[in-house]
Amino acid sequence: MEAAFQIEHDDLFLSGHRGCPGCGLALAVRHILKATGPKVIVVSPTGCLETISSPYGFSSWGVPWIHHLFENGPSVATGVAASLKAKGQEEIKVVAIGGDGGTFDIGFGAFSGMLERGDDVLYICTDNASYGNTGGQRSGATPYRASTTTDPAGTCSFGKSEPKKDLPTIIAAHGVPYVATASIGFLKDLERKVKRAMEFSGPRYIQIDQPCTSVWGFPPDQTMEVARLAVNSGLVPLFEMVNGRVTKVRKIKNRVPVTDYLKVQKRFKHLLADPACADEITRIEALAQDNIDRYGLMD
Amino acid sequence: MKLEIGAVTKGSTSLKYKTGAWRDQRPVIDEENCRHCGICADVCPDSAVHAIDRPGTDKAIYIIDYDYCKGCGLCANECPVKCIEMVPEEK
Amino acid sequence: MAQALLSKAQVIEGSEAVARAVAAARPEVISAYPISPQTHIVEGLAAMVANGSLVSEYVRVESEFSAASVLAGASAAGSRAYTATSSQGLLLMTEVLYASVGQRLPFVLTVANRSISAPISIQIDQRDSMSVRDSGVIQLYVESSQEAYDVHLAAFKIAEDPEILLPVMVCLDGWVLTHSYEPVLEVDQAKVDSFLPPFSPVHKLDPADPKTWGSYSEAEIQMEINYSVHEAMLRSKERIKKVFGELHQLTGRDHGGLIEAYRCEDAEVVLMALGSVCGTIKDGVDELREAGKKVGLIKLRCYRPFPYEDIFRVLEGVKAVGVMEANFSMGSEGAIALDLKAKLYNRPERPVVVDCVAGLGGREVNKETVAQVVDLIGKMADSGVPEEAVWIDLDRDILP
Repeated sequence: MEAAFQIEHDDLFLSGHRGCPGCGLALAVRHILKATGPKVIVVSPTGCLETISSPYGFSSWGVPWIHHLFENGPSVATGVAASLKAKGQEEIKVVAIGGDGGTFDIGFGAFSGMLERGDDVLYICTDNASYGNTGGQRSGATPYRASTTTDPAGTCSFGKSEPKKDLPTIIAAHGVPYVATASIGFLKDLERKVKRAMEFSGPRYIQIDQPCTSVWGFPPDQTMEVARLAVNSGLVPLFEMVNGRVTKVRKIKNRVPVTDYLKVQKRFKHLLADPACADEITRIEALAQDNIDRYGLMD
Repeated sequence: MKLEIGAVTKGSTSLKYKTGAWRDQRPVIDEENCRHCGICADVCPDSAVHAIDRPGTDKAIYIIDYDYCKGCGLCANECPVKCIEMVPEEK
Repeated sequence: MAQALLSKAQVIEGSEAVARAVAAARPEVISAYPISPQTHIVEGLAAMVANGSLVSEYVRVESEFSAASVLAGASAAGSRAYTATSSQGLLLMTEVLYASVGQRLPFVLTVANRSISAPISIQIDQRDSMSVRDSGVIQLYVESSQEAYDVHLAAFKIAEDPEILLPVMVCLDGWVLTHSYEPVLEVDQAKVDSFLPPFSPVHKLDPADPKTWGSYSEAEIQMEINYSVHEAMLRSKERIKKVFGELHQLTGRDHGGLIEAYRCEDAEVVLMALGSVCGTIKDGVDELREAGKKVGLIKLRCYRPFPYEDIFRVLEGVKAVGVMEANFSMGSEGAIALDLKAKLYNRPERPVVVDCVAGLGGREVNKETVAQVVDLIGKMADSGVPEEAVWIDLDRDILP
């Protein structure tokens, strides 16, 4: 039946990319570009995004896009923005889209510089809490007690012992106009935040919680469900900050226990399998409660 | 074909690669029960669900682009009326 | 406010000469991170921006990695872009230089040559620029502040040539050139503008024609993309000479081509070097000539691509070459000697090559050093050339 219809491939992030079935990143990028529209230049550091979207000769990008290196997503974006300013073409917007590896870790220094200088870049971190492109190694964004390939659970370890780096707060402390957290479980909210961010100038940040079927270990059709569980458990607070102050939060309407979130992912299965991890689960519940209290996520 | 200087190419060239070949299951939309909400098209990571204007009505129908659908099942899982069924891919 | 029209030379600091040349080239984007001994260059440019005599987006970055990365982004977006660095800063930029070569981004950077840690030293040598000789960045070396001024104008034109499209590095010795005062004649802005029109990129980040930069490549294309860089470098030799010729027309000053052959016409021994030490070596050559020695100097003005064809022409009939270099590939020998010997090896007639490490870490090189080297080469006619490079004025008594 569908053969009779002419399909218009008008997405700015085209079909044919090499993302895993159920890829949360591809989903995020589709909606980011829907919100920005085509008058942008996108910059990405090395990571899943450049790998899935740009084998030579097979580019999914309907907007101008540059991938340079791993550490310099922010500074390449700064350079593009400087060029546009020099040419008086600031109606073209610079949007950087990078993973947590390139944002929380190896690109952090360049990122801080970009923020401190007030460069006119919207930086969006698609956060799958790991070095996903290389099989799921631990990053500064990996949450407490997740098992990753370089910090695996084992007889001597419960997985990551450090909490997730609170990057939105660090960024807000640079004095930037707009910081938001979003989730691929709430696509309209994500698009609204991207559109809102585009209204400001200067450095802006959106961190998108992006469950990853391959690294986190859940069936591909569950990508959005896992995203919703993350938000509804309190572990991923959704908020907006304008000039350093929280101005809006997304209230949790249907709160779920943290264990509902943990039990559907292989990266946390060790916590539920071993009674010795009961204290760890309690600690994670406390992290969720702390978010709920801090951001006022419950009515 | 000659390479581009600096390996800089035109964008939008990925359609040549038909990711539909990856599938081991495919979504089938039950048009009768479809409420035309468009959520399936929103949630497909591969932009493989399209709204097509149906001649003679003001309601779009939703079709799967099997050239690119990877069979992940997100559309079926997210459909609010469960009118999408995942069936094994025939060889 | 355009640069003042000068009808006679001004005695200015070398860094100021570089800054004025760069400003005259009208870069749209400049990135700046301080490191001795280049800092006066970026400070000079900052002052011009602050006073309105230079209109440019001046980005004060937080590291040299970002300094080079800002240029990459700006260049891809279609802007002429510039930065300056030295030593450790250049090493930190290394990854960005390789990536920018691969993506054919034609920005210009000044390297104020300085020694490399460890131990940390702010003295001169060329270990810094030599460390990136494999990258595909074109390397030009200058002997004087005037040459630095002139070559910077040429550098942008060379980089942006659609047949080249590679970053260009202009190397000048730290302190000796950056911080000394020499007479410099500037070129009037209108003439610079006609010599150097605005950057017209082959590829540009532009929503009107969306392109994809930084695709990944498989075995099917990686060799060809890499080879195309090498090919561009080979092609650049004639084009660099052409631009230098145009520069000569513009300024009336002829610094030479890819090399300058100084008193080599009937030389039996030819020294080879680059950078400001060439001034000293020329003085040494003059003294030796007066004493009846048939000595000359090949000054390398372009080191990458390596201008062996021009070198071969000068070396006809020459018995021995003494390379005097302030760099070393640890465990092997000096970079220039390695390049020269590799190219000479299969020639039916070739001079003996002696690699002399001189001036590393700022160790003084003077006319006596030149005489010492020539004398050494003379002795090797009888004793033979040693397998290992000769480290001139090395104090073996204090070796740990």
